[in-house]
Amino acid sequence: MQMDGGQALLKALELEGVEVVFGYPGGAILPVYDSVLKAGLRHVLVRHEQGAGHMASGYAHATGKPGVVIVTSGPAATNIVTPLADAYLDSVPMVAITGQVPYGLIGTDAFQETDTTGITMSVTKHNYLVSDPNDIPQIVHEAFHIATHGRPGPVLIDLPKNFTDAMNPDSRMTWADPIAVDLPGFQPVLDGEPDDIQAAVALIMAAERPVIYAGGGILKSRAADELRALAERTNTPVVTTLMARGALPDSHELNLGMPGMHGNYTAVMAMQEADLLIALGSRFDDRVTGRLDGFAPDAKVIHVDIDAAELGKIRQPDVAIRGDAKRVVTAMLDEIGAAPTADHGAWRSRLSGWQENYPLAYEAAAPGGKLKPQMVLERLHALSPEDTIVASGVGQHQMWASQYWKFEHPYTWLNSGGLGTMGYSIPAAIGAKAGMPDRTVWAVDGDGCFQMTCQELITASVERIPIKVALLNNSFLGMVRQWQEMFYDNRYSEVDLGGPVPDYIKMSEAMGCVAIRCEDTDEVDSVIERANSINDRPVVVEFVTESEENVYPMVPGGKSNSDIVVPPFQKKETAR
Amino acid sequence: MKRSQMLHTHTLAVLVENKAGVLARVAGLFARRGFNIESLAVAPTDDRFSRITIVVDAESAPLDQIKKQLDKLVNVVDIAELSPESAALREMLLVRMRVGDGEVPRVQELVAGFSGSVINVVGNQMMISLSSHPEDLDDLLSQLRPFGIEELQRTGAIAIPRIE
Repeated sequence: MQMDGGQALLKALELEGVEVVFGYPGGAILPVYDSVLKAGLRHVLVRHEQGAGHMASGYAHATGKPGVVIVTSGPAATNIVTPLADAYLDSVPMVAITGQVPYGLIGTDAFQETDTTGITMSVTKHNYLVSDPNDIPQIVHEAFHIATHGRPGPVLIDLPKNFTDAMNPDSRMTWADPIAVDLPGFQPVLDGEPDDIQAAVALIMAAERPVIYAGGGILKSRAADELRALAERTNTPVVTTLMARGALPDSHELNLGMPGMHGNYTAVMAMQEADLLIALGSRFDDRVTGRLDGFAPDAKVIHVDIDAAELGKIRQPDVAIRGDAKRVVTAMLDEIGAAPTADHGAWRSRLSGWQENYPLAYEAAAPGGKLKPQMVLERLHALSPEDTIVASGVGQHQMWASQYWKFEHPYTWLNSGGLGTMGYSIPAAIGAKAGMPDRTVWAVDGDGCFQMTCQELITASVERIPIKVALLNNSFLGMVRQWQEMFYDNRYSEVDLGGPVPDYIKMSEAMGCVAIRCEDTDEVDSVIERANSINDRPVVVEFVTESEENVYPMVPGGKSNSDIVVPPFQKKETAR
Repeated sequence: MKRSQMLHTHTLAVLVENKAGVLARVAGLFARRGFNIESLAVAPTDDRFSRITIVVDAESAPLDQIKKQLDKLVNVVDIAELSPESAALREMLLVRMRVGDGEVPRVQELVAGFSGSVINVVGNQMMISLSSHPEDLDDLLSQLRPFGIEELQRTGAIAIPRIE
């Protein structure tokens, strides 16, 4: 069948089952948009290309399907570099299509020309520069295959304009259905080696103080059920990293919660005191390990990851298993068979002692005082449907959301873990809601983050994607302020966002949202209930919160996890 | 490159799909970590694949990580680290010399001792080539230098595993 490259692109996307794309037209991608008009998919017109990228990411995480972005060349391509890097670090499957100047003009500094494949090489799993429109069906098929197989990640296709422009004879191509991918250099290993599985199980059965260190890979491999089965079968406590919140219900008795710099005391200290860490799809990020030479000093390590480059990258494992978490954990359970389960009674009671003495806690607001952000999040969780999807920005509010929202289901927590991209939450929430329209989606945002990407609320209004935003306004860049308070002797430098502008209510209303300001503890519940009852447009609730509240616990940067700082009103026992 | 230096260098034979941009992807992984590539040689092995021989000066631990990262590149099919004992290593050298009066026969003799070839001689100018182990190239060059080297080009080492 004869067609132009733009038609071929849309046909190829439809063949991959794409239902929603997030994009923004412009010169070099213009001909593709002529085909978008006729395509059987939904196009969400964003207000900034960065928003399109995070929307695709939020969509992908919530639905499990790859997110798709279409933008033009030059500044649009550079505007998606941040979301590509974000998706790369958090292993989110995405396919980004960028327009490029006509093939023959590449390298001439043509209008809106950037070396997009060069720029994105280090922040994508793979990228393509199309050199022949006949290649489009196969390249699109490969791109989706690569994005979704092995360790997921973003793939970019750079598409020169002359191959998509129906008025240009260069664009003529003959459609050929894509064939099965043949990539000799891309052969993900899914099953662990039986010897390694046996060795791992031997360590698990011999451990006295084991901890499962569950990372985002559990969710990527859709192995929440297997994680739970392994934990229950072996009576092993679990920590769920920032990327794995929801992988095991927070209400599960074996779930210790989040470890790391702002993890809860028990999760952090359990890893420190463990004699065995079973790392499943986690990558020993510095935010989890603290100072590496002081991390989990007595622990043997089983490290399971689909990406061989993670094994031994930070901590040398005693047993390294390259494979898909779901398959490896299933194989471990088979290997364990009917072996008796250790009760780990002493270990479990030690953990309960810590949980009793050092729960996540904050001091309630003084009468008439400003709202406590932790309380807002607790109430938000209590009053929203149990399967609500929460997307957060980056900073204090992110940590409080992870700590005080109680996650009962996988894929209900979206955040920028690896890259720490401020402004992630609103577009990610829009992407999630576009993919899961029947679910309640709350974006938890700070005032700094909000000002970075709030223009996407216009997208949400116009496209009728009614997300809800809990804006925790403390008038500060809170996390930076906290560091300046704790480590720079209270010298606040460029962290004050206060003052009369912006008026978040007027701003949100101008963007088509229902906007509610909440300053009184007594009003928190009714405001949240009102927000939850509005489903025909986006809602922004500005919670005016205590401005100098700190996130606790905290492992100071560069310190060992054993130096964890608990809130001042909790007195810490001497470790061990 | 001297034998003492060779102890700190590593030779990687990387089989890649012969596609645009592959070299940039491979070289970029080294550059991003600040590793200096000592030499790099690349040519197709057939229509579909090329083999890149990379000699890099790096500590072993970060190199292990780089090898794993290289393996993640979609177009990289295989990576082998070749130890000096296990690899057949060859490099080629072209040297243009301008030697002193009456020195041509001495240089010819020297080159013959390395089984190199004198490609041509025009007056006092000589064009010499040698294809051998990189250390032989080093040795020949150090002996040629006093006679007056005008210009030289080495290809960088190529390597494949030795016949056992």
